[in-house]
Amino acid sequence: MASIWEYANPLKFMRLTDRVLPWVSVLAAASLVIGLIWGFFFTPDDYRQGSTVKIIYLHVPSALMAINAWFMMLVASLIWLIRRHHVSALAAKAAAPVGVVMTVIALLTGAIWGQPMWGTWWAWDPRLTSFLILFLFYLGYIALWEAIEDADTAADLTAVLCLVGSVFAVLSRYAVNFWNQGLHQGASLSLDKEENVADVFYLPLLVCIAGFVLLFLSLVLLRTRTEIRLRRTKALIAREGMADA
Amino acid sequence: MIALLIRDLKLSVRAGGGFGLGLAFFLIVTVLVPFGVGPESGLLGKIAPGVLWLGALLSCLLSLDRIFALDWEDGSLDLLATSPLPLEGVAAAKAMAHWLTTGLPLTLAAPFLGILLNLPQSGFGWLTLSLAIGTPALSVIGTFAAALIVGVKRGGLLLSILVLPLYVPTLIFGAEVARRGSAGMEVLPPVLLLAGISLGAVAILPFVSALVLRINLR
Repeated sequence: MASIWEYANPLKFMRLTDRVLPWVSVLAAASLVIGLIWGFFFTPDDYRQGSTVKIIYLHVPSALMAINAWFMMLVASLIWLIRRHHVSALAAKAAAPVGVVMTVIALLTGAIWGQPMWGTWWAWDPRLTSFLILFLFYLGYIALWEAIEDADTAADLTAVLCLVGSVFAVLSRYAVNFWNQGLHQGASLSLDKEENVADVFYLPLLVCIAGFVLLFLSLVLLRTRTEIRLRRTKALIAREGMADA
Repeated sequence: MIALLIRDLKLSVRAGGGFGLGLAFFLIVTVLVPFGVGPESGLLGKIAPGVLWLGALLSCLLSLDRIFALDWEDGSLDLLATSPLPLEGVAAAKAMAHWLTTGLPLTLAAPFLGILLNLPQSGFGWLTLSLAIGTPALSVIGTFAAALIVGVKRGGLLLSILVLPLYVPTLIFGAEVARRGSAGMEVLPPVLLLAGISLGAVAILPFVSALVLRINLR
């Protein structure tokens, strides 16, 4: 019986991703190109926001992935703490820089949109503020990985930090809501169809989101493969050092 | 556990530990604020609750890396780990000692510094109350972060990067209590939320700190 846990074996993971990665990255590139060109050039301007509405094709997907990347790190950390699969710890490590870039993209595109629309680059709105806090959490997580030399200790400690950080990130989200009223509009997308943006914007947006998901996936797979190779190299160097001594 | 608590208290009061330093830092930060924002007393009174909370938080941060670092360096942390007292108890005692030497004095000093910043009359009680409720959370969260980086050399800067995001909810609710209190607004909801965070952190985080210490001592 093939189970998902088989791919916790680094060898099998490498073999699988070696085959899957090209497909995922090509698909990511294709859907990003299609989605962005469709969104930027073949959708009408919004009657109030003008062409600035088109930044939605970068802003919403990146914001979505910024949160999902943290969530993926949380799941991977849990798997590492419970089942001790090294690939899982390395995947969490690999996802963090991608997540932080997504957060920065969301913040920057938001600021660029906010300047003409709200008349300000930045407001201490709950959504904006919690994204900034998320960014700080990412920084702490990455810094802790960098600071600790022993690989397993680093994996354990960052996993615990990710768990505790998640709790405090959620707390911060609600605390910030309590602290200030919002300027940011409500959800652009939801399963409740009433709230959604108009279909002309919706379809290219979906393609862009798919593109960002695939992009995230391919970057994480690539970085995880790099981490595994890095660890193999270290093991080889250590073995050679032993042989010389 | 009480012996450990007393030992830590003695260590921090003697030997130039964090005890006086934190308070002095708090004082200096408070004195510097009017130089930064101008001496206008209306403005100072308005920002006083936030500034005092921020000052208390930073002074708390200052002494965090002492919680475990010295014991780690001279090996007494290993002894504590092998002692009959469980590590959870060690972590709790350490957090308690940290609170008694920083959180409590800061709470008691805050009203006096509030006078310097022209804090409105109605704000003193709420400021003291919010600090009394909130600083235990700062201490246990800080103990957790200090346990995370105990093996890292010169981890002070890293510690602040790790711990400051974790302080966000406590700071928001704490400062909100003080702000609303001094403006004469409804205070109960943030007080309850602050107490919730504080109690939750005190109940759970010593266990997490102990887990982290075990990983580090492995």
